[in-house]
Amino acid sequence: MHGRPRKASNPEEEAASAAKAVKLRSLQSQFMKNHHDKIYTEEAIELSMKLLEINPEAYTAWNYRKLAVEDSLSRIESDPNLVNSILDEELRVVESALRQNFKSYGAWHHRKWVLSKGHSSIENELKLLDKFQRLDSRNFHAWNYRRFVVELTNRSEQDELHYTDDMINNNFSNYSAWHNRSVLLSSLLAQNADGFMPNERIPDEYDLVHSAIFTDPDDQSGWFYHLWLLDQTLNVETPLLTSSWPSHGSTINLSGAGCLNGSSSKFTTFCSESGSFPLILYFDQAVGGVSSSTVTIDSELKGNEDLVWEPISYKNSQVSCVWVTHLKYVSSDPCEYKVKIRVGNSPGIVSSRGHNFRAPYEFVFTAHVHDTVKDSQEGIVSWTDGFDIWDAKSMDLNSLITLDQLQAEIDFKWRQEAIDSEVECFGILSDSKIGNLTLARLLMAREAMLSDDAVKGVRYEEILQLYNDLMALDSSHYQYYKDEHSVAFLHKVTSSSESLSRHLFRYRGMNNLVCLRLNNLSLSRIASVEKLLFVQMLDLSHNELRSTEGLEAMQLLSCLNLSHNKIRSFSALDSLRHVKQLKVLDVSDNHIGKHSVDTTRYLCSSPLSNSEWSQDDVGRQNPGLVTKYWDAYFVLRDLKLKQLDIAGNEISGNEFSSFVLQVVPKLVWLDGQKLGN
Amino acid sequence: MADKLVADKHLRYILNLMAEKKKESFESVVMDHLRMNGAYWGLTTLSLLDKLGSVSEDEVVSWVMTCQHESGGFAGNTGHDPHVLYTLSAVQILALFDKLNILDVEKVSNYIAGLQNEDGSFSGDIWGEVDTRFSYIAICCLSILKCLDKINVKKAVDYIVSCKNLDGGFGCSPGAESHAGQIFCCVGALAITGNLHRVDKDLLGWWLCERQDYESGGLNGRPEKLPDVCYSWWVLSSLIMIDRVHWIEKAKLVKFILDSQDMDNGGISDRPSYTVDIFHTYFGVAGLSLLEYPGVKTIDPAYALPVHVINRILFTK
Repeated sequence: MHGRPRKASNPEEEAASAAKAVKLRSLQSQFMKNHHDKIYTEEAIELSMKLLEINPEAYTAWNYRKLAVEDSLSRIESDPNLVNSILDEELRVVESALRQNFKSYGAWHHRKWVLSKGHSSIENELKLLDKFQRLDSRNFHAWNYRRFVVELTNRSEQDELHYTDDMINNNFSNYSAWHNRSVLLSSLLAQNADGFMPNERIPDEYDLVHSAIFTDPDDQSGWFYHLWLLDQTLNVETPLLTSSWPSHGSTINLSGAGCLNGSSSKFTTFCSESGSFPLILYFDQAVGGVSSSTVTIDSELKGNEDLVWEPISYKNSQVSCVWVTHLKYVSSDPCEYKVKIRVGNSPGIVSSRGHNFRAPYEFVFTAHVHDTVKDSQEGIVSWTDGFDIWDAKSMDLNSLITLDQLQAEIDFKWRQEAIDSEVECFGILSDSKIGNLTLARLLMAREAMLSDDAVKGVRYEEILQLYNDLMALDSSHYQYYKDEHSVAFLHKVTSSSESLSRHLFRYRGMNNLVCLRLNNLSLSRIASVEKLLFVQMLDLSHNELRSTEGLEAMQLLSCLNLSHNKIRSFSALDSLRHVKQLKVLDVSDNHIGKHSVDTTRYLCSSPLSNSEWSQDDVGRQNPGLVTKYWDAYFVLRDLKLKQLDIAGNEISGNEFSSFVLQVVPKLVWLDGQKLGN
Repeated sequence: MADKLVADKHLRYILNLMAEKKKESFESVVMDHLRMNGAYWGLTTLSLLDKLGSVSEDEVVSWVMTCQHESGGFAGNTGHDPHVLYTLSAVQILALFDKLNILDVEKVSNYIAGLQNEDGSFSGDIWGEVDTRFSYIAICCLSILKCLDKINVKKAVDYIVSCKNLDGGFGCSPGAESHAGQIFCCVGALAITGNLHRVDKDLLGWWLCERQDYESGGLNGRPEKLPDVCYSWWVLSSLIMIDRVHWIEKAKLVKFILDSQDMDNGGISDRPSYTVDIFHTYFGVAGLSLLEYPGVKTIDPAYALPVHVINRILFTK
């Protein structure tokens, strides 16, 4: 089916092919008869061999041979010589079939089946493998079979690692060898085996992979191995706390649903009808086991024993980077409360790879509970009027939490040295795509390890320039570099209080909500959310965003502006289902309904991905519309929106608007119009 | 150089293949055992071109049913042994014709569920070959039949995740090299079971987008291999499921697929000027569907069936 140049058929060839076909047909029908009548004579078995030699893909014939072998074995009363000769014959048939097609699944599996009967010598099998490796060093069937043989015989991982040494030294352009090396090495590193300490081994591996990358920068064989080494260098196994809200040393104002008595405070104000506020923990990797026993809360706020912690993640998951609980307060008890949080009070917080959270981490904040004075107004929220500039110098950006914990790691030094050394090496490859891309990644990595605010942010210009260069150098992957550029840009914006404060405002219309304006910045991707947990109002309008992936952690968000972006469907807004505070959403002037292909179809919890669906009246009464607008239905019904803007999308119109009103009955404003009841 | 999809030529190519021919070529006899797959490829292509009505539904459906074994599984053709590969294709064909109701769902689903192993993996048949392709097949098939609860989904998912490699891709078994075909199977299975959060989308997305060949615009299946039209499906559908398809240059890929057509006789080949076959014809058209090529209906990237078929099945309570 592959790799045959197209040519016009000539009658001679057609006749020859037809003759071959007739022969094969006859073989096949004779074989079928033998198979169905369970005939396992020598003659019948030989016929199956003839068939498999011509067509090793005739899977039923391999099944037949297994049945024939079992039949023969049952008749010979376990004479080892006879058993061996029967099984040897099978190995011979497999080898001859593989010569026809060395990618035949049926042939390789048959060989494994024979071997699991305890037959054949390991030297023979490894010799066979060497033969096939020489024919095609990328044959994954052979590599898989090698792994099978290695497991059967308990060959050591070190020996197999040496084998990859040989393959790579022979020809660095052997992705399969690099892949196998990564599997073996990661296992040896995880075991802390003799001679496999990361701080010694990883720098050696960098040297090895340089030979691949620097010899031919366009050959991809070493690229992914290098990226893996970078990941091993950067990522500490023990999960660390990255940020929290409220953050350490901060003060927050809490009140009931009404307006605060008093003018603008410099602290974040949180109003709640339910009398509770979120406590958010953001870890550097997905963890499980966050509960009221592993995280303790010490405070005089009443009614907060046995809190329930929830992972902010897809429905199935028990692990997440982001965990939330809600602390109760009573606004008729105005007072200042100190709240002390102890994360990892007892063991139990574990990463998905099985590593425990580092020794307990404590932080303290102050909750200032206020009396509610006036009734809340439910005016329409404007994105243009009613904003004051806000001095955020009092903001603690929490950039130091991870760093403190990281620097406590004993082997932090080798990591920094490795990155510095790589940065120096890759400075040389500046005219190649992989050189620029790797350098950009290395510089980003280095930024994450710096603690000095003054120095931080300076190298982001260089990173942004590298991505701009890559967009020109490798235009096929323009959007990939654009996304990376947006991430680097947001890291730069959030790298210091000073740069972030240029984008921060207060919205008078809603109790001086903290508003972050990131509009008109060509952003195609959201990032640095761990530094933005305090944001209550977010303006991302006039950008190039395709989804709200990442925003689920922003548990305080009550107003979101996504107008004039590139959102194609409501399924792209799935992450907002976790943002329970969201009241105001603007998705006007996007691409919703414009494209036939939905790229977030499976990133949205729905019956398509086997999510439970509790039927409601809308579903019962409008099955057709629910199928037509399924993603709008599932996303909107989980939100408690008061204000929604959807105009300027292809999906907009009377049918869709009236459907929305059914799904969100408590909506007050739609496309700027107040809804009457 | 081609500048359009010659749908009529492909239609005729497919209909010729499906009809009984007096003169048989060696190539077709040698593929006799996978006719069920071939039928699925051909019929789904027809459906995407809105020409499913060109075949006799009754003929196809009754032939499909002759391939069912007493075990409940389906064979690749009449007389052959059952295997999950052909069981999925059979169920997909019936779904296309909206004829799933003729199935004894208990029987088929029990056949598949019975092939799950202790570690959560799936065997292809009673002879025990294990491969993540079979995990995808089991999950896809049982989801279409709405019997996913017959298997241990958690273990099935954990097994698939154990086949995740350090480059973000997936192989056929734990430790096996990443390959676009296996990646499609694993990502598809994780998509259907609502577990895409177990995929590192950025890491895998970059590996996948680097499959695009700068010169031809075609996609290969793994590093340093030649581009091939079939990867327009395996790589593309994977990219779409993880929302990273904007990382490749779509226009160039459309051109590669169109250039691989046989403009005279119909059919699509693995690359320009090579021999056409039904396999690449289907993957070429399916790829064009994912690239929103006009005149081609939308295909679901996880179930590999038209979206209107999947929506009809899964949104009916």
